[in-house]
Amino acid sequence: MAAMLYDQARFRLSGDCTLLVEYGEGIDPVVNEKVRAVTALLRKAALAGVEEIVPAYRSLAIHYDPLTTSPAALAGVLRALETRISTAEAAAFKVVPIPVCYGGAFGPDIGVVAEHAGLTEEEVIVLHSSVDYPIYMIGFTPGFCYLGGLDPRLQTPRRKTPRTNLPAGSVGIAESQTGMYPVDSPGGWQIIGRTPLLLFAPARENPFLYEAGDRIRFVPISEADFRSLYEKEKA
Amino acid sequence: MEAFAVRTSGPMTTVQDLGRRGFLDRGVPLSGALDPFACRAANLLVGNAETEAVLEFTLMGPTLEILSAADIALTGADMGMTVNGGAVPGWRAVRVSPGDIVRIPRAVAGCRAYLAVTGGIDVPPVMGSRSTFVRARIGGVQGRGLVKGDVLRRGERKLSGDLRSFPDAWIPRYAREISLRAIPGPQDDSFRQGSAVFFSAVYEVTTEADRMGYRLRGPAVECDEGVPKSIVTEPTTPGNVQIPADGQPIILLVEQTSGGYAKIATVISPDLSRVAQALPGNTVRFERITVEDAHRLYREQQDLLSRIRQFLQ
Repeated sequence: MAAMLYDQARFRLSGDCTLLVEYGEGIDPVVNEKVRAVTALLRKAALAGVEEIVPAYRSLAIHYDPLTTSPAALAGVLRALETRISTAEAAAFKVVPIPVCYGGAFGPDIGVVAEHAGLTEEEVIVLHSSVDYPIYMIGFTPGFCYLGGLDPRLQTPRRKTPRTNLPAGSVGIAESQTGMYPVDSPGGWQIIGRTPLLLFAPARENPFLYEAGDRIRFVPISEADFRSLYEKEKA
Repeated sequence: MEAFAVRTSGPMTTVQDLGRRGFLDRGVPLSGALDPFACRAANLLVGNAETEAVLEFTLMGPTLEILSAADIALTGADMGMTVNGGAVPGWRAVRVSPGDIVRIPRAVAGCRAYLAVTGGIDVPPVMGSRSTFVRARIGGVQGRGLVKGDVLRRGERKLSGDLRSFPDAWIPRYAREISLRAIPGPQDDSFRQGSAVFFSAVYEVTTEADRMGYRLRGPAVECDEGVPKSIVTEPTTPGNVQIPADGQPIILLVEQTSGGYAKIATVISPDLSRVAQALPGNTVRFERITVEDAHRLYREQQDLLSRIRQFLQ
């Protein structure tokens, strides 16, 4: 696995205000771990001119103010930071439980996933809810997680015809990915359940329940529990 | 206080400011005025802070009934604004009174116009910004574009003693042939052959052009042999020129945070206003520049903004 890591970070210019830094090839937990570690150190360093840091699968983006710093200066700092990673502890993360009501009206495609896998719906639920999925990055829409770790048996192709409107909270599978829709949106994923939690609540003090690097654990709940949790969230 | 009532809205009229910063790592795009220069100018003309919220119009504007005395200023695209039927030029402050009817019919030159009002458009900030982001239904008026019947409020601020106007020399001219300066990368190494095509071709702006991005049409840009067309999803930035499988470039803009296609080059931030003002059918060429030159141009634009601030104060 370690072979996926580059010996040295690679720097790429993304315009006049963004520097991309790559730490390895492909989608790989070891590479992502390095991204997380550098992100944590970089945030702690609170460098002048660094406006936002966006960790991704194998890279991170640094949005900077060119009046204050430069790609060369940032690259120098990053090279120095890297030498401290081996001794640094792995960046802390939390496991975020996400209650999901699987199947039925909330998960209309669970039968498709089960049939594709040659499993029962109950087995799909057990497999899907028995993994802590790492959040490799958040993007696409507010709070949308790119998750790793889906059991290969659950991999299912996208729907041929995307749905025009999936309600927020929908949990689905597409190819080798599983994920949740934090806002209502169109989508072609196979929907297997729904969470009553508001994954993106702009008016809440913290609008989000998680950040990149955290782990998602889906917890099966009944429809009755869904209803009562949903009412609580809305209140 | 109440600023105006919306009589007709125009196709895409939203409240915007300079964007929602600090949440890119949570998938919340910058949003904000697509032409930040015009947005800042409109605010400065009516004596506002540059960060106040304004209205952004695309191609066509609204008809507004003024509800309280205020100064307004229209910048960006020339949309043929009238007050009570009389033509009023853009890029200057105009005093309006209750009952006045402001019409902003359609773009004559440029694509997007900005209307600032004394005190700024007063809608509740969401996560630090009043910018509308329709896809997540946040900001602006209930997270949507304006519709007939909406009543907008403005912040309290004393009307300025004199009506300011923008010096002619500083008013941007929106050409039909647009040149955009771009820094190669982040994935220019996937287009060693294709770069020659990209930096010499003339592209046309298609009708698929919105706040997420502009699709262009023209000579296809091929990625080098053996290079996969898609990359591991990574953060994007406004100005990134993405090359999808069909080779037709897409300039990514402010409502995008990530992408899985290689980006051949990135339009420099001072030139993003030109993209915002490009109309379908306009032509675009890309001019290759170094990051050092780009930073010099960035400083020059900041200097220009300082001079404009001083002049208008």
